Amino acid sequence: MSTKVKDASIPTIPFKARLSRWFGRNLLRIYMVFGFTYLFIPVAYTFAFSFNDSGKSNLIWKGFTLDNWQNPCGAPQICTALGNSIKIGLLATTFATILGTMIAFAIGRYHFKGRSSSNLLIFLPMATPEIVLGASLLSLFLVFKVNPGFWPTVIAHVMFCISFVVVTVKARIASLDPRLEQAAMDLYANEFETFRRVTLPLVAPGIAGAALLAFSLSFDDFIITNFNSGTMMTFPKFVYVAAARGIPAQANVIGSSMFFLALAIVIAGQIVNRRKAR
Amino acid sequence: MAIDPIEARGDLRLTRITKSYGDFKAVDDLTLTIPKGSFFALLGPSGCGKTTTLRMVAGLEEPTVGSIHLGETDITTTRPYQRPINTVFQNYALFPHLTIFENIAFGLRRRGLKDVKEQVEKVLNLVELPHLAGRKPTQLSGGQQQRIALARAIVNRPALLLLDEPLGALDLKLRRQMQIELKWIQREVGLTFVHVTHDQEEAMTMADTIAVMNEGKIEQMGTPADLYDDPETAFVANFLGQSNLIKGKIDGSDGDNLVIDLFGQKISMAKSRSHAVDSSLYAGIRPEKFRISRTGTQVRGNTLTGGRIEDVSYIGVSTQYVVAMPWGQELMVFEQNDDGVPPFNKGEEVVISWEPTFTFGLRGDEDVEAGTEVNPEELDE
Repeated sequence: MSTKVKDASIPTIPFKARLSRWFGRNLLRIYMVFGFTYLFIPVAYTFAFSFNDSGKSNLIWKGFTLDNWQNPCGAPQICTALGNSIKIGLLATTFATILGTMIAFAIGRYHFKGRSSSNLLIFLPMATPEIVLGASLLSLFLVFKVNPGFWPTVIAHVMFCISFVVVTVKARIASLDPRLEQAAMDLYANEFETFRRVTLPLVAPGIAGAALLAFSLSFDDFIITNFNSGTMMTFPKFVYVAAARGIPAQANVIGSSMFFLALAIVIAGQIVNRRKAR
Repeated sequence: MAIDPIEARGDLRLTRITKSYGDFKAVDDLTLTIPKGSFFALLGPSGCGKTTTLRMVAGLEEPTVGSIHLGETDITTTRPYQRPINTVFQNYALFPHLTIFENIAFGLRRRGLKDVKEQVEKVLNLVELPHLAGRKPTQLSGGQQQRIALARAIVNRPALLLLDEPLGALDLKLRRQMQIELKWIQREVGLTFVHVTHDQEEAMTMADTIAVMNEGKIEQMGTPADLYDDPETAFVANFLGQSNLIKGKIDGSDGDNLVIDLFGQKISMAKSRSHAVDSSLYAGIRPEKFRISRTGTQVRGNTLTGGRIEDVSYIGVSTQYVVAMPWGQELMVFEQNDDGVPPFNKGEEVVISWEPTFTFGLRGDEDVEAGTEVNPEELDE
């Protein structure tokens, strides 16, 4: 029997019902498309204008060029600023990750007097307006006769990054089954070996995530840095100052590069995780 | 000369162990010897202190008072990794970031042993999962994880293997199969197994000796048959299987037997099986030891007359009756469906009889409900 023949005895579903069903099934997808468009238009714009043959000001499209990508340090001072930002970022990340991880273990694993208040205090730097933190830190440095510059900036960054590290690592520790450590001890691993062979590998993804977060927070911090860095240039400061005269297209090149680097790290992380799970 | 605790071998002796958490005593003045090479079960309901006892033996908890010896070596305060004792944890606690091979090799590597590969392969063959060496724990089924957890522990050939509800997470069929396998593996490797469980059937299937624990104390210890046939307390009588406990009075003696008055009807039981301290006692009889006969038929042994069938449940291998007695108590009777006698009907007048040797006697001041309110199947721990 041909399937093309329409059987009148089978009731058809009215068009309106079918339409509403289609919406019901696809609403989330439509919403997602809008959401991602909203999120990525600025990134796409930044990327596109990194190819602009702009000259001094990068506001109007003047034609396609690869010059900016071939010569990212072309704009005066930009690479000094970038270098400073990377150095500060790496130092702040290292110290904040080490200190924050230790605090996270203390709060997440041990019961001590003042545990709940430390838990609360850790959140304070995240909740305090950056402008207030930056200004207070500057006056603190000046009271101790420390001139603003590279190291005061590193110290300031470590300070605000720690909170984020603690919160991230603590979440990972909370999801760690304490019986795994007991099992390791039961299998002849002493405290140090247990930490090295079981605890650390299992918490490592959390620590890595915390470090990435700390670096990106440090790298693009402007407000606190502006107060405490003195005459030293960082990348965000460079962009801010340049904005008065016109931001060079090289800033877009560096911004886009950072974006793709972050994307690559996230994708690599996903691949490693999948391999591990297999 | 003191020997390294890791080399200690011999019987496990717990001497007057108490573990308190604030005012609560999880384990209360416990003394226990577990002979080398035995399969020993600690059986009890949730919160009876059996897991705490196990954790103290493993070194994961320290007793508040008391000492733990393995052979002649005092291991009370040694760290878990200094004891020749390994544990199969309740939810296996396999290391998720390591392969099955590395999970099993973990203990061998920590002790710096040489032939790791060979030993891991041997134990993987023993648990019949050699093909899984390269997998991660999350890729295994529950039953497979259970065996790997066992392999990870026995590969170290510990003086003592602790099993903390090892089969609790498995379904019934798999649990039955693993019970038999565990028992076989224990005989094969010849290690001392200490098994903690709330499942009386599991304990009876596997263990040579069972200690029934309740409220931090050992109620009774013995072979499965001892505990079942001659329980000393109402808790044991009810926790291991079901029991009919009938209030009575000792009314004299007759040679090696006692004459017991149960609501005006006389029965007899062996003196050696009475745990009563004065003239009041509970006479205990297991439901399957009872026979039911129609009123008026000739019966042997102890008899109780005046029963009336209150309820009948046919469950295949047996028929379970609830029989109401003149004094208001309802007795459970399990009859095998093997004698061709047609089942009794609800409301029929019957006589209950049994062999006097099956009777056990409990103290008259016991709580007859002890051990019944906990349904072991429903508990996680």
